[in-house]
Amino acid sequence: MTKPTLATVWLDGCSGCHMSFIDMDERLLEIAERADIVYSPLVDTKVYPDHVDLCLVEGAVSSEDDLRKIKLIRERTGTLISFGDCAITANVPGMRNPIGVQPLLERAYLENVTLNPGAPTEVVPALLPMALPVHRVVKVDVFLPGCPPSADLIHQSLVDLLEGRTPDTRGARFGR
Amino acid sequence: MTTVHTFRINGSDVAGTDGQSILAVATENGIDIPTMCHLDGLSDTGSCRLCVVEVAGSSKLTPACTTLVSEGMDVSTTSEQLCGYRRTIIEMLFLERNHICAVCVANNHCDLQNLAEELKLDHFELPVIAPKVGIDASHALFAIDHNRCIMCVRCVRVCDEVEGAHTWDVMGSGIGVRVVTDMGTPWGESTSCTSCGKCVQVCPTGALFEKGRSIGEGSKERRPFLPYLKNQAQEPELT
Ligand code: SF4
Ligand code: SF4
Repeated sequence: MTKPTLATVWLDGCSGCHMSFIDMDERLLEIAERADIVYSPLVDTKVYPDHVDLCLVEGAVSSEDDLRKIKLIRERTGTLISFGDCAITANVPGMRNPIGVQPLLERAYLENVTLNPGAPTEVVPALLPMALPVHRVVKVDVFLPGCPPSADLIHQSLVDLLEGRTPDTRGARFGR
Repeated sequence: MTTVHTFRINGSDVAGTDGQSILAVATENGIDIPTMCHLDGLSDTGSCRLCVVEVAGSSKLTPACTTLVSEGMDVSTTSEQLCGYRRTIIEMLFLERNHICAVCVANNHCDLQNLAEELKLDHFELPVIAPKVGIDASHALFAIDHNRCIMCVRCVRVCDEVEGAHTWDVMGSGIGVRVVTDMGTPWGESTSCTSCGKCVQVCPTGALFEKGRSIGEGSKERRPFLPYLKNQAQEPELT
């Protein structure tokens, strides 16, 4: 029997959720034994595979690039997991939401700079009007709150999912 | 003479005296009803609606904190419908302002955050509003971040009922509702505020806080035990 496949994705977040993932320490070996990690900032693959069983998504959907990625990921993923507060509520990336894109870019690239003022128009993807929770854009199957979710919670949830159970996220909460 | 009313909560027989609320009798009998705006020692306003219960014979949900007990009542506190409503209320409290627990002075010392965990709220179904909401940091010692205010009006009540200053009031309605100091003047210019800090102590969230504390310090952590409220709560009912 082939192993289930696991992916982790990093959208608009600080990578803290991925740091917490790494904090699983030696339990990472156990996870690697039970699942193939096929796509992640932690591995080399550049293209999201055609089918992935489990995918942890860190971060809010903030740019056109995030939007394109998450739609593709949703199509190709069995169980999609909103991984951490930014994915679930937009959290810190969402702090820009009440400000609006234009005033935000002006503040960052015009008002506070002396060298080459001007918002970037090439290479970096355009911002969406609001940083959005993942489930406002695509269907999400499981939510793992926390900023970041603890390594224990990630481990327990992955084990539950790999064994076909709905994860028990008791004790998880926003912030912390 | 006190009249005793016998009635039922969740099928168990309980008794309360004239003038007691459903919430008070439930608490006495170890029946847990989630609350938010209620605080022992302050008057009840029923503003947060978290303690809503069902009373047989009435199609309306009724807040347990402001509904007085009566003979033969049949109260239910735990139906699926009630749990659903409570979760929606918490969702709305979160989404009507901007709550970002990870960078909030009240992180891990917040009644709203605790309740979300208790009711197993792991995401919000309602859309993001992200309103533009202000902060008033004009007071020398304290500040209010309206982004975190849930309009429980504990600050309004403690200032009026315990401190006797009545600095705080409520202005506006609907989603534009705000607590204000001295009829809408900046807190720092308030002539009625005594700087006692009671509002900061009773605030269940990160809306009211002491200045000069970092988020990491968790300014709400050392929330005092509110001795003045304990005394109030124990005072016999004046009739
Ligand atoms: S007030 Fe409470 S719920 Fe709101 S952001 Fe702060 S910790 Fe979170
Ligand atoms: S400032 Fe705090 S105590 Fe006052 S209404 Fe808002 S949440 Fe309640």
